[in-house]
Amino acid sequence: MKIRSVEDLIAARERGLATLYPRKVKISVGMASCGVASGSRAVMKALQEETKKAGLDAFIFPVGCIGSCHMEPLVDIALPGKPRVTYANVTSKMATDIARSIVSRDVRKNWLYLRTEEDENPVDGTRMCIHSGGITGASSPYHALDFSDVPLFESIPFFKKQKRIVLRNCGIISPDSIDEYVARGGYFTLFKVLNELTPDKVIQEVKTSGLRGRGGAGFPTGLKWQFTRQAAGDVKYIICNADEGDPGAYMDRSVLEGDPHSVLEGMTIGAFAVGANEGYIYVRAEYPLAIETLNQAIKQAEAYGLLGENILGSGFSFKVRLSKGAGAFVCGEETALMASIEGRVGEPRPRPPFPAQSGLWGKPTNINNVETWANVPVILSRGGEWYAGLGTEKSKGTKVFSLVGKIERSGLIEVPMGISLREIIYDIGGGIPDGREFKAVQTGGPSGGCLPESLIDLPVDYERLTEAGAIMGSGGMVIMDDKVCMVDIARYFLTFTAAESCGKCTPCRIGTYVMNEVLGRICEGQGREGDIEYLESLAGTIKALSLCGLGQTAPNPVLTTLRYFRHEYESHIRDKKCPAGVCRRKFTAEEITRMKEEAARKKAALKQAGASETGRTPEKTATKPKGKSSVPGSRKEPTR
Amino acid sequence: MYFDFERLDSILSHHRPAPESLIAILEDVQDEFRFLPEEALVLIGSRIDVPASRVFSVATFYNAFSLIPKGKHVVSVCLGTACHVRGAGDILDHLRKRTNADSSGTTDDLLFTIEDVRCLGCCSIAPVLKVDDEVYGHTSSDKALTTLERYRTQEGGNA
Repeated sequence: MKIRSVEDLIAARERGLATLYPRKVKISVGMASCGVASGSRAVMKALQEETKKAGLDAFIFPVGCIGSCHMEPLVDIALPGKPRVTYANVTSKMATDIARSIVSRDVRKNWLYLRTEEDENPVDGTRMCIHSGGITGASSPYHALDFSDVPLFESIPFFKKQKRIVLRNCGIISPDSIDEYVARGGYFTLFKVLNELTPDKVIQEVKTSGLRGRGGAGFPTGLKWQFTRQAAGDVKYIICNADEGDPGAYMDRSVLEGDPHSVLEGMTIGAFAVGANEGYIYVRAEYPLAIETLNQAIKQAEAYGLLGENILGSGFSFKVRLSKGAGAFVCGEETALMASIEGRVGEPRPRPPFPAQSGLWGKPTNINNVETWANVPVILSRGGEWYAGLGTEKSKGTKVFSLVGKIERSGLIEVPMGISLREIIYDIGGGIPDGREFKAVQTGGPSGGCLPESLIDLPVDYERLTEAGAIMGSGGMVIMDDKVCMVDIARYFLTFTAAESCGKCTPCRIGTYVMNEVLGRICEGQGREGDIEYLESLAGTIKALSLCGLGQTAPNPVLTTLRYFRHEYESHIRDKKCPAGVCRRKFTAEEITRMKEEAARKKAALKQAGASETGRTPEKTATKPKGKSSVPGSRKEPTR
Repeated sequence: MYFDFERLDSILSHHRPAPESLIAILEDVQDEFRFLPEEALVLIGSRIDVPASRVFSVATFYNAFSLIPKGKHVVSVCLGTACHVRGAGDILDHLRKRTNADSSGTTDDLLFTIEDVRCLGCCSIAPVLKVDDEVYGHTSSDKALTTLERYRTQEGGNA
């Protein structure tokens, strides 16, 4: 069934509303990767079995992730005429009890995490009432239940300071249902763009919004589109970069698993603006669920005529293909990514020419990240000026971060640009668990840096993070406490970049290897005077001479830790001590020989002493060697 | 004979015989045979008009491919940043040691290949372990080993 008119779209919306806010009991289970890994499949099964057994007529749907991953598995219950309530950390046994309690109309309120009265919809700026199924008051069989003492969604500290634009539908709609996406205002923007706007007007609107590339580099999106539009050539391509390789970041996975159509709609609008009729989504192979969800979404959109030939009867055609990565971090770099789509080794090439001039198969190509594309429909719906009203002077809108590591409430958050690190870590994240102390926050993955406690009030935007030596990056935010060693972290990232360097250019291939080697010996208590200076000089060379972003940013984790945590390096090198107690000291062969000689000498001395004293055996007075091993240094010893 | 030509043919028939299909074909071959047999690589190259040298360069560039057979179950220990700060490195060492895996991470009975992976994107439930397509959150050295033992029991072997 094809959608050709606004009436068809409205009909799809009605179908979506009927399942989104139904007149009967609805149970939603968080089934994104993190939910599944926490056991939501068993929860789903228990709910299905129990409702079937009790003969309860209910919708049971999977939904994406609302972000509070630390509370997974999450189960939402919407009873007719009642607000939607959410259970957290649900086990399959709890799920059975929950289903029973619905049947007996005696809902277990002490298990409830929050309640939602209205869903905000940033696409059109409305708020949708949860019990809009039409049932109110005494007509509901659940009339007697009172949820007013369950904390409201907006009052929960984790959500209070968030502004959800990219994550607008995640955890609310079923990612399997295109109708529910339409019910949340989806594809209406595409309709408006194709029927009312010109490509130039679309580009102008995106420029006004101030949207910058969310993949990390922060290039103005509107400008990029304009370059591709202006490039000569009949065939042009659109690419969605979903090769989210930064360790500690999973924003894109969550969007693709929870709201795939937002990306498809954004891409189609972008394709119309730059004049492309073909697009690719490059997803990393480590995200099987995202690939499955996307494939299904593409089929649905094609069936509705929202992708393919003559979209919405406008004469504009756009086809999307999915391209799967094969496990290479460097493929997140745009030129390497395009090489990989072409079936070649993912090695970057020098720019210029930029993809806008010569990209995929030598044609003008526009590449944006998942999060950037997901912003596009909202910008075109609400207007560039509305979007530009959010954020700071040079960084507009919101940014999604994955808040992970040593943090009380880990999860996915979307906040306005300019919010301080303190607000993110303490107000939203709830601070550091187990009474430990905050030490650093790592942003930007292997290309980023570690910021110390003294910068906790830093507003988060592109410029301020760069000034501090870190970068915005794709949005990974790893919190570290005092039990994390900063030298070890720097070494961790260099091990990563050295392994992932594609090997095409020497500064990156050899440079990261040598830096990793030097960091390794510092961690193992074999650091030498001058190592710090050596690292700094290597870093300078690698940054200046590497071919692509991977090499140019690879030294950042070392440079920021040297800038803010230099004393930790000095302690490892001079005192052979790891202040955090993480690094294990390794001894060289000479040191082991020396220690053995020392031990033998001591033993001999004791023997002599023992011979002159009576009643005491030399063994008993001998100093007990550390650990179980009788030879000191034959195993790794902690450095303290 | 390392592999079944018919199975390879069936994989090839699902893809366009074009150079850009190379990675997708190799992924399917890796899934089917648990490694990329050298003879298959030569054959694939001739079918999609890509020189064998380029097929080998792609096959050895990407982490997803292996020229030696992998175990029946691929066990990936996530070494993403969040998992790293929560001690994932020790889990990997522990598993490899206790299962007597060789330097490529594969056990003698070819039941498991224990490898590291850079971030599965489940950072909020770190440390994370993945066996085939199943993800296990909040794991530890002991829990991970128990998980593997469960797989081994299912296969009818001794834990």
